[in-house]
Amino acid sequence: MAELDVLVIGGGLVGSAIAYGLRRHSQRVTVLDEGDTAIRAARANGGLVWVQGKGDGMPAYARWTRRSAELWGGLANDLKEVAGIDVQHRQPGGLVFCLGDSESEARTRTIRRLHNQTDTHEIEMIDRTRVETLLPGLRLGCEVTGASFCPHDGHVNPLLLLRGLHAALKRLGVAYRPDAPARVVSWERGVFVVQTPAGRFEAGKLVLAAGHGIPVLARSLGLAAPIVVERGQIMITERVAPFMPLPALEFRQTGDGTVQIGATHERVGYNLSTTPRGAARFVDRAVRVLPSLASVQVARVWAGLRVLTPDGCPAYMQSETCPGSFVAICHSGVTLAAAHAADLAAAIVAGALPDSFTPFHPRRFDVPQSA
Amino acid sequence: MFHNPPDPSAETVEVEVEGQWLRVDADQTAAGAALLAGLDYTRTSPATGEKRAPYCLMGVCFECLMIIDGVPSRQACLTRVRQGMRIARQHGVRGLS
Repeated sequence: MAELDVLVIGGGLVGSAIAYGLRRHSQRVTVLDEGDTAIRAARANGGLVWVQGKGDGMPAYARWTRRSAELWGGLANDLKEVAGIDVQHRQPGGLVFCLGDSESEARTRTIRRLHNQTDTHEIEMIDRTRVETLLPGLRLGCEVTGASFCPHDGHVNPLLLLRGLHAALKRLGVAYRPDAPARVVSWERGVFVVQTPAGRFEAGKLVLAAGHGIPVLARSLGLAAPIVVERGQIMITERVAPFMPLPALEFRQTGDGTVQIGATHERVGYNLSTTPRGAARFVDRAVRVLPSLASVQVARVWAGLRVLTPDGCPAYMQSETCPGSFVAICHSGVTLAAAHAADLAAAIVAGALPDSFTPFHPRRFDVPQSA
Repeated sequence: MFHNPPDPSAETVEVEVEGQWLRVDADQTAAGAALLAGLDYTRTSPATGEKRAPYCLMGVCFECLMIIDGVPSRQACLTRVRQGMRIARQHGVRGLS
């Protein structure tokens, strides 16, 4: 018998949330990580707990997102209690602005399509006057025709979330090993063995949650790793007196007063550069929404790499050839953190992903070759 | 506290620092003018309320943010004075507009 119940490979938001949930189920867990040299999507996250529009074409993802959004307040409270860290969680609803009638019409059509797929979606088009009521004192740009509003949207401070999860893991006795990136994984007579520069680790179960590090490890366990690399550039400004009572997809004001503006979606491979052209695109849009943003000083722009699947929806599976090993792939490390810590961790403890996870199986990407 | 070595040939301008007019060399910075005016602090931190003053004087530390000609969060150490420039302390967090 291995001393550990579960090894979690990856100490970003996905791995940390799962490890935290596993520990809450009294599992003996160790997190193997690459440290700060990792391509850490968690450090580039925009911090939205975002429900609106998720799961277009996959109602299960819409439900999964709603479920996590509902659990989020509990996770935030737990992290405050267990780790003493306030992750600045707020869920006042969120906006996607429309600039011009054609954007309003397109958004209306999208919402209608989503509502036709499942009643999980609760998105509403609101006109300019109602947007103004939600944002008292702000002078919106003349092009703003309205917005879509979803009451379940919110945001957190993603850096504090990662820190809060790590602090909670430490407090609960989970070892976080930034010196132990997994090099080779194998399954030997019912025990998972992971070779790292810091030595060999063994456990009865294994969770692969290493984001961009997944593909190189997945194959030897019979796990699929359909990952697409997408760069997102994002900008943060100086602190401004509170003006934005709810987050928008275009920008949000953080609990510290800074304004986070973003983001780009670019297929440029493993390239973490920022580009003036990329930032200009989202800044232009933000200023068209709220012209007074133009006077706010920029603190920095940075880029991260999203861990996307080909259809943008999460992928979870348990290996058939090495049962007890699981993979979790998603780009919504913040939004889904609460569901990962609760439902996904519970399923891993039980040793089986319930039927509700079936739509997330990466076999959906195995397109038959014959037409 | 601070003063410039006398240089009768230097070109000078008048600037207003916290409501007080003073004459400074034309190649002086707004941060330099604030220090010459005897300000013991030039802003308060939006995070803690602490008093802060110009520190690196080369555009790196962002401690010298002031309201210059009505525009908040200007780096005073990188802003050259102009005739009639108004330089004011920035108290805590700035507003949106």
